[in-house]
This record gives sequence, C-alpha cells and structure tokens, in this order.
Amino acid sequence: MTTPVVEAINLAEKFPGKVTADARPGYSGWIISKENLVEVATFIRDEMGYDALTNLCAIDYLEQKMMEVTYQVFKTTGGPVLTFKAQAERVDPIEIPSVVSVWPGAELQEREAYDLYGIRFVGHPDLRRILMWEGFDGYPMRRDWKEAFYEEDAKPLKSRWPEGKHKLAETRATFGDNVAFKPGFDPDKWIPSDPEELLYATLKNYKSEVKDGIKTDHVVVNMGPQHPSTHGVFRAVAVLDGEIVVSIKPVMGYLHRNHEKIGERNTWLQNIPYTDRLDYFNSMYNAWSYALAVEKMMGITVPERAEYIRVIMGELSRIQNHLILFGMLWNDLGSYFTPALYAFEERELILDIFEAVSGSRMMCNYYRFGGVVRDIDEASMKKIKELVFDRLPGKIEEIDRLLSENEIFVSRMKGVGYLSPEDSIAYSVTGPNLRAAGVPYDIRRADPYGIYDRFEFDIPVRHNSDLLDRYHLRMDEIHQSLRILQQALKQITEGPVLAGKPQYTHRVPVGEAYGRVEAPKGELGYYVVSNGKGNPYRYHIRTPSFVNITSMEKMCVGTKIADFVAILGMVDIVLGELDR
Amino acid sequence: MSNNELNSPGYEIPEELEGKVAITTLDKIYNFGRRSSVWPMMFGLACCAIEMIAAQAARYDMARFGMEVMRPSPRQADMMLVAGTVTKKMIPAIVRLYNQMAEPKYVVAMGACASGGGPFKEGYNVVAGIDKFLPVDVYIPGCPPTPQALVAGMIKLQEKIDKQSISQVRWYKKGADTVETPIPFLGPDLIDPRHIPEIKAKAAELAALAAAASETVA
Ligand code: SF4
Repeated sequence: MTTPVVEAINLAEKFPGKVTADARPGYSGWIISKENLVEVATFIRDEMGYDALTNLCAIDYLEQKMMEVTYQVFKTTGGPVLTFKAQAERVDPIEIPSVVSVWPGAELQEREAYDLYGIRFVGHPDLRRILMWEGFDGYPMRRDWKEAFYEEDAKPLKSRWPEGKHKLAETRATFGDNVAFKPGFDPDKWIPSDPEELLYATLKNYKSEVKDGIKTDHVVVNMGPQHPSTHGVFRAVAVLDGEIVVSIKPVMGYLHRNHEKIGERNTWLQNIPYTDRLDYFNSMYNAWSYALAVEKMMGITVPERAEYIRVIMGELSRIQNHLILFGMLWNDLGSYFTPALYAFEERELILDIFEAVSGSRMMCNYYRFGGVVRDIDEASMKKIKELVFDRLPGKIEEIDRLLSENEIFVSRMKGVGYLSPEDSIAYSVTGPNLRAAGVPYDIRRADPYGIYDRFEFDIPVRHNSDLLDRYHLRMDEIHQSLRILQQALKQITEGPVLAGKPQYTHRVPVGEAYGRVEAPKGELGYYVVSNGKGNPYRYHIRTPSFVNITSMEKMCVGTKIADFVAILGMVDIVLGELDR
Repeated sequence: MSNNELNSPGYEIPEELEGKVAITTLDKIYNFGRRSSVWPMMFGLACCAIEMIAAQAARYDMARFGMEVMRPSPRQADMMLVAGTVTKKMIPAIVRLYNQMAEPKYVVAMGACASGGGPFKEGYNVVAGIDKFLPVDVYIPGCPPTPQALVAGMIKLQEKIDKQSISQVRWYKKGADTVETPIPFLGPDLIDPRHIPEIKAKAAELAALAAAASETVA
C-alpha cells in the first residue's frame, strides 16, 4: 500500500523554539508550545493545506504530571493525517488555547475534552459540559478519577478470576449503588443548581429584533430526549422566530455509556465487542478502525483472505446502513413504515449472513488483531453471492423507483439544509454529506487502508449539498459498494484468516497510533496510546456522528423547524456513537 | 380465542346457540381484550431498540400479538419497553414518562443493560438496571435479545396479563389509582429521593472518618 509522501515542511525549523518534534519512542508528529498554538495551527491550515481537523482529544499523563491535547488534521485533497500536540502542566486550572477560530469543527470536541478532562480551552465560544451534566462532581476521564464501581485499574479483575467467584458490585460500593458523594454531603442542605442554566444563558444571546415596528419574542422549543424522530435519546433545543430556526443547540449525553473509561480498563482484545456497540448498525465496520490502529503499533500484516472478508463484511454493512437511513428518514417524513419495511427486508438477509459468520445478528465481535475470528463457510459464501449478484441489484432498483421520484419527497428535500463545501470542510464534516457538497473525499481512496486500492470503484460526488443530493449520493454509494463486493467475491482466494495464533492477551509496543476508516457515516477513527501494558493507556474514539453534528446548527438556521427532522435524519446519527 | 378457551365449563349451552353464545367470566373477557392490544411506547434507548424495530418489521411482525401500535406519547401507551442502556442523565426523563402512563401499565426490561447494567454496568454514567427505579414485569436476556426472544418475552407478558383478576388489580382499588415513582435528580451525582437518608448517613460517616484520620495525623 502506498501512501502519498508526507509533508516536507519541517515545522521545528520553521518555528524554532515554538515547535519541537515529538521524539518519544513510538510517537510522531509535533509538539507545539501552547502559547503559539493558534499561530502555528493557522500556518498548518493556510500554508500547508491541512484544511480539516478530524480528531481532537485529551490524554492525561498522570505520572509525567502533564495534560496533552492531540490534534489530527488532514487535507481534503488526500493523504495521511498530520498529528500535533499541545501540552500543559497538570495543575488546575489547566488551560490550552482553543482552535475553534482555526477549525470550527473543533467546537464539540473541545467541549468534550473540557467535560471529561477539565481542560479549559481559552477562547472557546461556548465552553459547557457536553456529555455529563453541569454540576457533576469531577472530571471522570482523568486517570486518578475512580467510578463508584471501581475495582482495579486493569482487567482481568482479580475478584472474578481465576477463582471465578462473583461478588455483586453493589455490595462493594460505598453508597450501595453506582453513585458517589463527597464526605459530609447533605442532600437536604444542597441547593440544586439548574443544570440547564448555562444552556439557556447561551440561548439568550440570540436577541429578537423589532420588525416593521412590531417586537416579537423568540420561542424556545425542546425536542427530545424522548422524541420519535430523534432516533434515540438525542435532544435539540431550538430558538424560533415564528417557524424559522434562529439557533439550534444539540444537547447530548443521554446515552453516554463511558466507552472510553471502560476501554482503558479493558484488555486490548476486550474492547472489540465494545466497538460493536458504538454504531450498532455497523458493528462489522467499527472494529476495523480499532484493529488498524493496533495492528499499526504491533506491526502485524493481515492475511489476504482476511482482508477480503473485511471488505465484504464492511461493504455489506454499508449497504444496510444506507437502506435503514432511507427507511427511517421516510418514517420521519410521515410515510409510516412502508419504505422502512422494504429496507428491513433486505437488512434481515444481510444480518443472516452476519449471524452465520459471527454468531450474532448485530453485535458481531468478528474482527481480531491480524484478521478476523472465523472464516466464511461454504453455505454463507453461496448466500452472499446470491445476494450480491442476483438479489440486491434488482432490489435496490426497486427501492430507487419507489422512492426517488416521489413528488412529495422531492419537494421536501430539494434545496433544504444547504451547507457550502467550505463550511462542510471547516466544520469537519466527513462521509456522504461531505461528498454531497462536491468534495470528493473518501478515505478509501484518499488514505487507503486494507485492500481498497485493488478495486475499481468511483467516489460518487454531488454538488448541490441539499438533502436530496445527500439522499442520491447514498443511493450511488450502494451501487458502488455492490461493484466492490462483486469484484471482491470474484478475487477472494483460500488461505488463513488470522495472522499467527489466536491470543487473549496482546503486548502492544509503547507508542501511539491513529487508525481511520471510511465508515458508512463518515470518518471513524481510534486514537490509542500504549504504555506497554496489557490494556490501552488511552482509548479515544472519534466518531462520525459526534463530529458531523457540529454542523447541524449551520444547516438549520433559517429553515423551518419542521425541516429540522429531515436534516437531522440526513446527518445520519446513531446515538451509541454520538454519546459513546 | 376459540370457543372452548373462552367458555367457562359448567354451563350447558343449548345446541341451537352453540357458536353464537359464549358463557365466560368477566376476568377472561377483560384480559382477552387487554392482552390482545398492548400498545408499547415508542421509546428506544440504545442498540436493543434496533432489534425492537426489527421485531416490528415484516419477518417477526409483532402485529400478530396486537403490539404494533407504537405510541410516542406515554399517555397512550400500555407498556414501556425499556430497550437499551439506562443512563443517569436519562433516568429522570424515563421515570417521568413512566409516571405519565395511565394504569394498567407494564414495564419490560429488554436486554442485559436494562436488566442489570449489562456490559456498561461499571460506567460512571450508567444506572445498573431499570429495576432500581421501576417495577419490571418481564426481563428479556440477551445483548441484544434476538427478535424471537423479544416476541417470547411479549408472550410471557400476555401470560401475566391473563392471570390478573379484575377484583384484585390495583387500579380498581380505592384510593390513588397509580403508584408514582419519585423522580430522581441530578446533583453532584444521581440522587434518588427515596435514598436521601442513607446517602446523608453514609456521607456523614465518611466525613467523621476523614476527620478522625486527619486528627491522628495531626
Ligand atoms: S443489552 Fe447489549 S444490545 Fe442491548 S442496549 Fe445493552 S449493550 Fe446494547
């Protein structure tokens, strides 16, 4: 696999005293002194051409008494990511300048780092907690913060193994449940602060104007967390002028399941089933990126057949993801269940294959470092071939004919939710929505992984950047996925599906790695750090749903509130991944 | 329901009326009506909700049991299917939704998370099972339970409904017809109003310990 030549500019020479190369063994990229962060970041964007920020996350180096924020940026013209870091002493208040002014897509990610690590991003326009609630005690992702059910730093836990005796966590916890309070805490004397206060204070910044001599008030409307069209427990708070959206803020965390904290206690391998539960529509794609990152650090080469199997499962997964999106979108638009039933019919057939190879319909737990866990048996192979060559092409046509020309659908979608290509890039939008804005960026081509460079396929692009184009683009992608699948099924050869022997524990060399794939919803990345022990020191998941939602407000402002449902549907969020 | 199932034995029906008249108990006819039209609340929390949707779709088709009318409003729903991980941030909303449902109401915990925290039990934002707050009628194991398992769980719920008697059920008794669960709230951590005395006592105990420890140091 050839990756384009890495940038020749030596930042350390360009900015002496401000930038140094990250020389820690296993690490790469640049360390930028935090005073000069914005200056150097602007240079990286404007002069070096890294126009999009993809990942931003904090790492707590407890022993080194240091907090680090790492940034991954990429060029929308292709090539690998560039990594740089900013460090601060681990003494509260920890402050690091915000890069929102350079890459607006950093907004929610900085809020996340603030929420979980307590890093204040100076210059951030709206720094509030995002996943936990305002008033929650502590910054839970810090290495020295322990949850109520804490047992040990790393699994496997001694209490459950090897004797196998189990003790209910509730019997161990101080307060008999998964809660913890400070000594002397008195619920009766405690004065409840309003967790929503900061949110509403932000909304007050949108002042109504006097129009034609009439002063009208804005209305604040809450949608969710229990709302049928938010696809789970997503909440949005909109400020409306009549029917028109003035501002809309996502409120999330209602499904924050602490993947990262649990992931840092798990062994490397134990995280694979957890990745299934991120984007639970695409468990066959999620672990790929994690496996890539770990394989990079361990230097494993994946056997041929396993690479093909990964492509086959991944593309099948992409097809069913897009189908479900169509079905659910139509549901939201009011066509109750008919298109969804068409979508679910095909999805069931694809899930049958997943179940046959992995044992579970949805939570496949199928990837391993260095391959996949099980080969595809003859019967399943036959089923896949039937599906890919005979059934799906016709069925996709049928769904296309049923939906695409529908007049009501077209008039609801056309011209709605526009986001310019420049804004899409600035807000770190990835995946189908970026390509529907005319930017032909697909990691499968731009920074190839696996064996995608062997197949002939097009990266579909549309140019209007409205909902209709986003819909058509996904339809095009399904056709391309079928093309890839057909080639993969013809080329696949016999052979082993796992490099080396199956293992439970892995020794991952010290260092860091960022693995990224083009998941059906956009870029899915894992930033992992190893300190040579049996479990990750840092396990960060950069999910497309979470980052893509940054641009939601931009798309909604000026449209009618009713269109919000369609716009949100087209962002294609899934809550497991949004809140992690 | 067939004639045989519906008829309570012991009464002779004249031949010419057979097939036209059935003699039965009020309980049976009452439960027959309820068990055949259990409207679930349209309410998905996490991954399990996707299998719930799959169970509604063509292949498994919960409509066969009268359970296809998903209501987004709690006031129109008979059953709350808790399909997914319950988080601390979400639980106040869930309890409020439950309180808004009219009797008779049922709660089904679908999957490992809703039953006991599941794979995320140790998480700092996770509630280890919905039964810490709401009375659960049926637990469905699995992660996620397959649609078949969900259907089996629903049949169990129907069996439970069949066993209820109009003279016993709480919603026809004197007094308040529904039990409300106090709504938990978000403080420094999740606070369950029913546990306030325990929290207070424990926190005071911790404070005393800390004071004693600092005294010995001094
Ligand atoms: S039980 Fe498993 S499938 Fe269901 S919500 Fe929990 S993690 Fe997801």
